[in-house]
Amino acid sequence: MARAPLLVGNAQAFWGDDPDAPARLVRQRPDLDFLTLDYLAEVSLSIMAIQREKNPTCGYARDFVEVLRSLASSWRDGSRVKIISNAGGLNPVACGHACVAALAELGLGRLKVAAVYGDDILPIIKNSSDERYANWETGAPISTVRDRLTTANAYLGVDGVVSALRAGADIVVTGRVADASLTAAAAIAHFDWEPTDYNRIAGATVAGHMIECGTQACGGFSTDWLELPHSAEIGFPVVEILEDGSCIVTKPHLTGGSVNLRTVKEQLLYEIGDPGNYISPDATVSLLGIRLDQLAQDRVLIEGATGRPPTSQYKVSATYRDGYKAHAIITIFGRHAVLKARKCGENILHQLEQVGIKFERSLVECLGSGASVCGVEIPDHSADLLETVLRVSVADPRRDAVERFSRQIAPLVTAGPQGVTDYSAGRPKVQAVFGYWPTLVDKNLVQQEFEMIAAEAA
Amino acid sequence: MKKSGIKIRLGEIAYARSGDKGSSANVAVFARKAEDYERLRQQLTEDVVKKFFDPLGVRKVTRYEARNLDALNFLLEGILGEGGSRSLRIDAQGKTLGQAILELTL
Repeated sequence: MARAPLLVGNAQAFWGDDPDAPARLVRQRPDLDFLTLDYLAEVSLSIMAIQREKNPTCGYARDFVEVLRSLASSWRDGSRVKIISNAGGLNPVACGHACVAALAELGLGRLKVAAVYGDDILPIIKNSSDERYANWETGAPISTVRDRLTTANAYLGVDGVVSALRAGADIVVTGRVADASLTAAAAIAHFDWEPTDYNRIAGATVAGHMIECGTQACGGFSTDWLELPHSAEIGFPVVEILEDGSCIVTKPHLTGGSVNLRTVKEQLLYEIGDPGNYISPDATVSLLGIRLDQLAQDRVLIEGATGRPPTSQYKVSATYRDGYKAHAIITIFGRHAVLKARKCGENILHQLEQVGIKFERSLVECLGSGASVCGVEIPDHSADLLETVLRVSVADPRRDAVERFSRQIAPLVTAGPQGVTDYSAGRPKVQAVFGYWPTLVDKNLVQQEFEMIAAEAA
Repeated sequence: MKKSGIKIRLGEIAYARSGDKGSSANVAVFARKAEDYERLRQQLTEDVVKKFFDPLGVRKVTRYEARNLDALNFLLEGILGEGGSRSLRIDAQGKTLGQAILELTL
């Protein structure tokens, strides 16, 4: 007899997503088996690296501990939901200890916490020869950035999470694990699939891919967004994974948004290159045999994904320090708004050149005139615009030069054209820049492990 | 080349989705009606898309067909220039490329 489907939800697409979403989704779907929460992007790991430099017990998404607190009443009311999250960031064990401490405080010490790690390969890359770890996009050798590297994390697969779940973990915090693998791991542990059961793993990977961006599976970011019902109450997604690896994408009743053939197709190809070769660490997946069926309102069946053995390397996302940047914005209203704005931007850069500061890179954009795709041939109404937002950006290795730039915007309020307004936000913030360094590492050099976190002795 | 002879905005017969992949991005274009897929396949070539996005510095365009999803998926190499947090552009992650391509005239 077929086993009941496994219910996996996602209620956090990135660090900074709706903080109330996890508790709300569990209240809306008390029968949920797993909740996956995604906190990591290239930049988030860089921020965690800085936090860890200052304090070795930091370097993870502390918001996650608050999420556990918000779920306490559901667990007390009998929810059996398990959590899989990459909130562990650069320090999954420290994150695990923080979770254990919070759960003990909440009287939920019965919940077992595991940390999964091994993705942090910065030491391997720092000590490598120049022949390895070239930037796969540019071909540049690692020696050009080695001294400035801040993070290097391999996108690991399901193994550590599956082991932790089989050992009885209720909450699994990981470092960098491929987003879709968080969901695939839940399915593999639940249905006891073999690691070579590539078609079913492909199906669960597609299920994970569908929900890893949260509300995007329910019409968020879709072309027809304006037509969504109740977008203010947009739901977070749930996938019902079937034993054969197919899945049904859905969302809780009485939430806004829509799960239909169009929203599902859009999300299926989100951030995909060759749809016949979607490379996950667990399987190489083809989306080309997928069939979709709208079973009912807000319920779409996805079946037919196929899998082949995975590649012998992990994708690695490394980041390196690359100076500083700042973005300034100010609004200009009136006739010839775009011409005026452009001149204001050029004047700022000219004035700084007069005091000896020429930036390594700079950019003047006039928002409202198609700046998002500058130069692309789209209907151009910039000559008629009565209003634009001027955005001036600079980047440079010298922090003090970028600081100086941040002081050169306010003078426009009196020296600029009539109709300059909205300088309420004050000086722009100087931000550290982290360059992105994509590369590959042989799988046999990376060891993924898990640890059950014991409560600290009182 | 133009089958119907009437110029239309791509957005009238298609919807789209873009996303970033390092310094590259993908744009998937979907036929709203299955019968328009062939027209998209004929007219929305790699060359047409490359020319459209040239001002953003795209290095290479590769088109993948996913007929089962009524989709053409374009991989736009190098279109985000710097990638990561290095980019100074308002759209550092290619969020707007899907909306942009729907303005293309067929």
